[in-house]
Amino acid sequence: MKKRKEIIMKYISIASEFVMKYVFMVAAAASILAVFLICVFLFANGIPAMKEVGVFQFLFGTKWAPGNIPASYSIFPMILGSIYITGGAILFGVPIGLLTAIFMARFCPKKLYKVLKPAVELLAGIPSIIYGFFGLVVLVPLIRTVFERFDTNGKSILTASILLGIMILPTIINVSESSIRAVPNSYYEGALALGATHERAVFFTVVPAAKSGILAALVLGIGRAIGETMAVIMVAGNQPRMPDGIFKGIRTMTANIVLEMGYATDLHREVLIATGVVLFVFILLINLSFSALKKKLN
Amino acid sequence: MAELTADMKNEPVSATKRGRGKKKIRPLSLLLRILVWGAAAITFFVLIFLVSYILIKGVPHLKLSLFEWKYTSENVSMLPSMINTLLITILALAVAIPFGVGTAIYLVEYAKKGNKFVGIVRITAETLSGIPSIVYGLFGMLFFVTYLKWDYSLLSGAATLSIMVLPLIMRTTEEALLAVPDSFREASYGLGAGKLRTVFKIVLPSAIPGILSGVILAVGRIVGETAALIYTAGTVAKIPKNIFSSTRTLSVHMYVLSGEGLNINESYATAVVLLIVVLVINWLSGLAAKKLTSSGLREE
Repeated sequence: MKKRKEIIMKYISIASEFVMKYVFMVAAAASILAVFLICVFLFANGIPAMKEVGVFQFLFGTKWAPGNIPASYSIFPMILGSIYITGGAILFGVPIGLLTAIFMARFCPKKLYKVLKPAVELLAGIPSIIYGFFGLVVLVPLIRTVFERFDTNGKSILTASILLGIMILPTIINVSESSIRAVPNSYYEGALALGATHERAVFFTVVPAAKSGILAALVLGIGRAIGETMAVIMVAGNQPRMPDGIFKGIRTMTANIVLEMGYATDLHREVLIATGVVLFVFILLINLSFSALKKKLN
Repeated sequence: MAELTADMKNEPVSATKRGRGKKKIRPLSLLLRILVWGAAAITFFVLIFLVSYILIKGVPHLKLSLFEWKYTSENVSMLPSMINTLLITILALAVAIPFGVGTAIYLVEYAKKGNKFVGIVRITAETLSGIPSIVYGLFGMLFFVTYLKWDYSLLSGAATLSIMVLPLIMRTTEEALLAVPDSFREASYGLGAGKLRTVFKIVLPSAIPGILSGVILAVGRIVGETAALIYTAGTVAKIPKNIFSSTRTLSVHMYVLSGEGLNINESYATAVVLLIVVLVINWLSGLAAKKLTSSGLREE
């Protein structure tokens, strides 16, 4: 009797080992399912609208006027808006981020590092809505007064670029720092042995050796900047027009979705989803080049 | 400043360099040094300025009326939004943690090297972590709100967010599991324990601090999220009756307030509360991660 019970227990444990393996496997399949569903639902809802407007007209027309009769749905101004603001963010964020990363990896005294590292992590943890609010109450008035003679109301490409430049700092810093740290110390020592100063050794041997990692940081930063929504909405002005100088407002693809989805119906709504599809494709391309870079790194 | 840095450099090699005696001032090196110090100073200054600006401007506006049980357009109470945030966080984590941890267990403990399935899981997880929150919001609106007919609700919002934080929990758990030394597993097998028992009784408990730090980071993302929630959970500022009621979290509340432009002081106050939550979350996550290193697992 006792023996029988033991055998049953043994079978139960073997069975549960077997079942649980597949339970874990199903859990792992969840992320595949999620990506699949996201693709299917976005494309199925967005592509028909693109066709109805005409793909070329949709992507490269210059007029966004959903209220007009007949309405005009062209997102080229928004695509340019996203690219301009992302470019601006890179211009501000990358030099400062990269230099900070170099500092943290090779110049920073240990005591200071213990303060600076958590600071960078906190910078990454602050919600975008708070960045947006900060931009609204600090940067917008600042830009308005400093560049008064350019006839700007403060909400502009420049403001959004500065704010996004700050927001991508932690991404740039963390990825570049770890790639700089990964460079073998022999590079640095070799440069010193040849008579280079500490600074020269770091900048002209260590940093170039880390360049694919730094490039990866750049790509990741672009991805963050182009997908940012709430902060941009609050400082970019959101006028759906072709770019008109860096002191004028502009609308990004992300802003377009959030601003108009609330009241959009029928084709207008579908066109907004199609805007999301375009954004999604941008992100996929960026991710693809990021993983290609990472592969090269390994 | 220049001598200071030279003395404090932590590279062992620099000690021999310093011993070389009198140094010429090299303009390029000096410039580079100024550049890196300057950049780090800017980064640090921006953070300090941002945090202290919000705190100084916001703390005086923290009034008791902001924490009243019922939201009206007069008191613009944020208490309902705070409760909503808590509920949506719990719901989202209740879905994301089992899936995230399960995936990590599969990847680390079960999958064989070079398995095609593993490759696909990794690629999709990486894709998920790169998708911007507004795209999650769109998907949530199309799938949960419209297709599954859950409407603007707590449930739709939580479901959307659970997909969003899934890769984060997965990655941190995976790292934590990998940090558990193989000798633990071998000892467990040696005592006759099966795989399942080894995973649940030996590996997972030693990886808890790492998993926890990931979960706390996920909480941070959920609390700060706005774009993914506006069109999934909606913007109703009430305590929900059930999981199918529309709700607004604290971040969405803040967006609505600052968008209206009427309640700028209350926006500051909300920002303070949000910021403090984020500060606490960051601190907790760091604490959990530190516990992981101090338990000695990382050293192996």
